[in-house]
Amino acid sequence: MTTSPNAPAIVIQGLTKTYASGLQALKPVDLTIAKGEIFALLGPNGAGKTTLISIVCGIVNPTTGSVLADGYDIQTQFREARTRIGLVPQELTTDAFETVLATVTFSRGLFSRAPNPAFIEKILRDLSLWDKKDNKIMTLSGGMKRRVMIAKALSHEPEILFLDEPTAGVDVELRRDMWALVRTLRDRGVTIILTTHYIEEAEEMADRVGVILKGELILVEDKTTLMKKLGRKTLTLNLIETLEAVPAELAEWNPTLIADGHELQYEFDANAEDTGVPSLIRRMEALGIGFKDLNTRQSSLEDIFVSLVHQSSSQEKAA
Amino acid sequence: MTGFNAYGVWAIYRFEMARALRTVWQSIVTPVITTALYFVVFGSAIGSRMTEIDGVPYGAFIVPGLIMLSLFTQSIFNASFGIYFPKFTGTIYEILSAPVGPFEIVLAYVGAAATKSAVLGLIILATAAFFVPLQILHPVWMLTFLILTATTFSLFGFIIGIWANGFEQLQMIPMLVITPLTFLGGSFYSIDMLPPVWRTITLFNPVVYLISGFRWSFYGSGDVGIVWSVAATFGFLLACLGVVWWMFKTGYRLKS
Repeated sequence: MTTSPNAPAIVIQGLTKTYASGLQALKPVDLTIAKGEIFALLGPNGAGKTTLISIVCGIVNPTTGSVLADGYDIQTQFREARTRIGLVPQELTTDAFETVLATVTFSRGLFSRAPNPAFIEKILRDLSLWDKKDNKIMTLSGGMKRRVMIAKALSHEPEILFLDEPTAGVDVELRRDMWALVRTLRDRGVTIILTTHYIEEAEEMADRVGVILKGELILVEDKTTLMKKLGRKTLTLNLIETLEAVPAELAEWNPTLIADGHELQYEFDANAEDTGVPSLIRRMEALGIGFKDLNTRQSSLEDIFVSLVHQSSSQEKAA
Repeated sequence: MTGFNAYGVWAIYRFEMARALRTVWQSIVTPVITTALYFVVFGSAIGSRMTEIDGVPYGAFIVPGLIMLSLFTQSIFNASFGIYFPKFTGTIYEILSAPVGPFEIVLAYVGAAATKSAVLGLIILATAAFFVPLQILHPVWMLTFLILTATTFSLFGFIIGIWANGFEQLQMIPMLVITPLTFLGGSFYSIDMLPPVWRTITLFNPVVYLISGFRWSFYGSGDVGIVWSVAATFGFLLACLGVVWWMFKTGYRLKS
């Protein structure tokens, strides 16, 4: 398949969507996703993640704005654009009465690709579906159906793959399998855009993270940079003797007592020049508060995400 | 990339045909049995007591009308169900996100529905030959009307399938509009047998023209002139094409 070598995988400019009901699902969104990147789109329910994906894939009409997929406009050059895109939707929407092999073969043809039984067999084997190829989809478990959805999306060898909540409701084993599959696809040069509720998933796989709230893309950042920039660390000190309350002399650090007074926790900015950790420990020594162990924990992407959501809600209330 | 997704059209067409084969009792056997019962009741039992119409025995006279009745209902059912079911189950996402244009989608769904109902029409014709003596004076015209009618009503069914928001709506127009119009459109009688006032009123029923043209291809005579029949068929076809074009242009009930 001919591609535009220098074009980013996805270029979204000024994309908005207002439904007939008046609901503004997307405020102007601008986003560029490079080829071969794994991009995680995070956001609570109703934030606009699925609307954004649906517009790029051609399922929902945009109100304004443009989208290029591999350099091709999704509206005026929809054939070129859509041939390059694969979509695994959030819902398990499959033809219940079709067999696994028939439905995956159907998808390949639908996306304008010549029959290739060997390739279909490879996909089904990779997804542990080959033994089920003659089974009707209605007889499969939820996890297997999810695999079928992925097989259908990969059947036409897309260069850009959208995974909308790919691991929602699947067991741990399948989730790990999917993560492995995503990495394999990335190694082959496939660009992957995934939405997820499992922040752990984004943390595990994504190169970049976008956070969408109420239709607005409030943040797009390299995952590592984001975690460095917004990440906070927590110091936990395991006390020798329990405390009933935080001594007034430690108030400036604002630590909290947890585990029935057995542990003292102090949250600090890891990037700050003065983290406050050495001075806290010195003050504790002066007060005769000993500790037998300590550990620090970097805040997770989930912590960052929750903090961003709360920040946004607070700003809205203040306004 | 070419401007026509032949693989895509073939995939949808084959999928729809496979669905008919999976449900062969519902798709083929049931309509054939129902039509055979019409022949037994109206053709043999009652028909033997009725006089000829335009020189054609009553049993043979009703054959074109019965085939048309099956064509109308099956074309609408096949096409409306074909596009409605993916909407209902959500699998329509795959069609909408695929590189298939509106023309290809219509060609595949309507082509499959029309193929199924045209084949069914021919099977019913063959079944009729067991019960009544048949003659087909204009076989090419007969086939032309058969295919045109199957295509037109499949397009109409496709429109209903997109429009429908539930299974009740899916059944509403075929049951409440098409079937009555067909029964009152000369399937079982010549409209010349009606009193003048009712004959005039009946001429506003578009189905009369379709059945009349099809009957003309068998016996060389119909309730209205063949030109009117051809014009009515093409008129309905063009109207359906116009509505389908508008539906895709606006994304009506397909894309929000």
